[in-house]
Amino acid sequence: MGSTSGENNGTGENGTTGVGRRALIKRSAALGLVSVPAMGFLSACASGGGDDDSGQNEGKTSESNPFGVKKGTKLDVVIFKGGYGDAYAKAWEADFEKKHGVTSVHTGTQEITGKLQPRFNAGNPPDIVDDSGAQQIPIDVLHKNGQLLDLAKVLDAPSVDDPSKKVRDTLIPGTIDAGMQEGKVVALNYIYTVWGLWYSGKLFKDKGWEAPKTWDDFLAVCKDAKAQGIGGLAHQGKFPYYINVAIMDLIAKKGGLDAMKAIDNLDPKAFVGSDAATEAIEAIYEVVEKGYLMPGTNGLTHTESQTRWNQYKAAFITSGSWLENEQLKTTPDDFDMKFLPMPVLADSALPFEAIRAGSGEPFIIPSKAKNLPAAQEFMRMMLSKDWATMFAKEANSLTILKDGVDPNVQLRPGTQSTVEASRAAGDNTFRFLYTEWYSEMGTAIENASNELMAKRIQPKEWLKRAQAAVDKQAKDPASKKNRRD
Amino acid sequence: MRKGQHRFVAGFLFLPVALYLIFVIWPYIQTFGYSLTDWKGQSQSFDFVGLDNYTALFEDDVFMGAIWHNILFLVFIPVITILLALFFAFMLNAGGRGRSGGVSGVAGSKYYRVVYFFPQVLSLAILAVLFGAVYRSDGGGMLNGVLIGIGLVDSQNPVEWLNEPNVVLWALMAVVVWHGVGFYLVLFSAAMQSIPRDIYEAALIDGASRTQSFFRITLPLLWDSVQTAWVYLGIAAMDMFILVSTMTAGDYGGGPDHHSEVMSTVMMRNFLLYGRSGYACAMGVVMLVLTLIVSVVMLRATRRERIEF
Repeated sequence: MGSTSGENNGTGENGTTGVGRRALIKRSAALGLVSVPAMGFLSACASGGGDDDSGQNEGKTSESNPFGVKKGTKLDVVIFKGGYGDAYAKAWEADFEKKHGVTSVHTGTQEITGKLQPRFNAGNPPDIVDDSGAQQIPIDVLHKNGQLLDLAKVLDAPSVDDPSKKVRDTLIPGTIDAGMQEGKVVALNYIYTVWGLWYSGKLFKDKGWEAPKTWDDFLAVCKDAKAQGIGGLAHQGKFPYYINVAIMDLIAKKGGLDAMKAIDNLDPKAFVGSDAATEAIEAIYEVVEKGYLMPGTNGLTHTESQTRWNQYKAAFITSGSWLENEQLKTTPDDFDMKFLPMPVLADSALPFEAIRAGSGEPFIIPSKAKNLPAAQEFMRMMLSKDWATMFAKEANSLTILKDGVDPNVQLRPGTQSTVEASRAAGDNTFRFLYTEWYSEMGTAIENASNELMAKRIQPKEWLKRAQAAVDKQAKDPASKKNRRD
Repeated sequence: MRKGQHRFVAGFLFLPVALYLIFVIWPYIQTFGYSLTDWKGQSQSFDFVGLDNYTALFEDDVFMGAIWHNILFLVFIPVITILLALFFAFMLNAGGRGRSGGVSGVAGSKYYRVVYFFPQVLSLAILAVLFGAVYRSDGGGMLNGVLIGIGLVDSQNPVEWLNEPNVVLWALMAVVVWHGVGFYLVLFSAAMQSIPRDIYEAALIDGASRTQSFFRITLPLLWDSVQTAWVYLGIAAMDMFILVSTMTAGDYGGGPDHHSEVMSTVMMRNFLLYGRSGYACAMGVVMLVLTLIVSVVMLRATRRERIEF
């Protein structure tokens, strides 16, 4: 595809000039060598022209074909092949071909940026992309470059299951907000995710612990665990994203939705001067100070720490609901994985049952996609019960489609516990958006959290650093366009 | 005979030079062009901003810190690697006790020569995984496991090697040195073997010790190889991207809290994650200039008169 040509050029260059430059090399070995590491990066910079040949992929529209998909055309699908695999997408594509006669060119990869950045720059992007994983192209960056299609047309199209309803009305409320940039939905976060703590039902039963609802109870379990040589809280220290889930959940629960929006809206008192933030970060620091962290957890990767937790080396771990699928291989059969909403501090604005819930795994349609009608139809079908059930079967997770899974599908214990937790939470859900809007600010807060967990800074300093990150972001004129009420 | 020779030479040179211009020089020029814009990396629309990116660079503490780390690597990696490699190479080739009056390596030198080369066979990615396990921050890590085993470290409080601001750079350096010594050992060995034995034997007869023969004979005659090694290692120290980005905390590494940041990791983060690609291109240009300066300085500083033998 587009990206491989760059690599081919690279090897061609090395192979041919090796001989021609032989004489030169002695004198300017340095000059030639410098170029080698820079090659990959630089070839990504090389620009290319764009061409526009839309129109030939448009067919006639009808009630069952609202976007006018044309038979015999091709759809270029790129799927992030991570924790959820890509078998579900292949099942979709087969079904799509059966129903619409459109063949799909399927790419399953982890290297989203490497494969797609050159194509976006050349004006030759795929038709639909699952832009996820560690190497995703940040949505805010793509949007600022004008590369994303406004998905309003798909969301306002009639639902596949019930044509009298719009697609947007068949989804779990609030789940499309995460894909919003500057007031427009440009990414469809397809998978329904809940975030919080996780524990082993078996370990808790063996030790006689109750799942804690308050922060004091949580500390009590940690204390007892430590006394028995088990770590209290584990987190994925190499990626401070995870501990920020705990910190931010505590803030949101203590201070309510206003405390959360203050952060997303870059309030000058989001952290410094916020009681909720102060109490939350002090509570987390108490865990560090009392030695309730699993030893060494600050330096472990997500797989290392999660595996340790699977081996009963820690009582709790922070994560989102992809955890169960990610740990399938290392989880013992009788582990009985359970989700736990973040325990609450005293006098919290939100109840214990409140959870951070929302949607992850953004699917995007590039605005310069060649086959827009088919891409939009593909996305509409993703939001049908048929396809949502295919997804639940192949990838073991829920989608944002309300009651989207056939009740006959048997769920694993962890996934089942998230279904129960969302039911208990009802409307008490919240979701931070700053992570989607401001990559740079998110990284700065993560760095501060990493320092706090390693006891190198105190809560006061953490608040200052987090506030500094917020203030810095607020100075960027582009940030004025993002706002939630 | 002369006729047509130039055309003949030009014919051979045309293709490689053209390829070099298109795929090496032209991207450099493009990068410089992009560094004067606010390009965001995912489309071809951007505005010209003059030298703004460069002025911003010099106020960027993270990037300045990264340059400093590269300089530390630049000072320590070549020195330590070359000294160790020279020492081992000398021991393997001329360090043995003269058994029959001749000059030979220590016992088992053939075996060592092969073993020392093993690390060089590993790719950097494998190296990162391997040393990830060595430096692992809990009792499961090799270093921590051993230290806990002999009671030097408390198992409740293991050393988080790559999460300690004062340790992380040295830990990374140790990986590079471990990886590099074998290669330079072989390079120096080969050069040493081309030194005629008679010189050593003459020195021996004159009563030279091992130290004396190393400094008076081996080192001067190896100078060309040392110089090459110096430039290679200097360039490796200016890069360090793969190890830092895979082994240390954060997106594209650099953690904890930017304490192991190098220029290339800051550049990649700005280029891909933050969408500040024009700014990242400015970093790329600064990296290029610094690397060129380093190479030229190193070649100049190590220039000496050649000894023919």
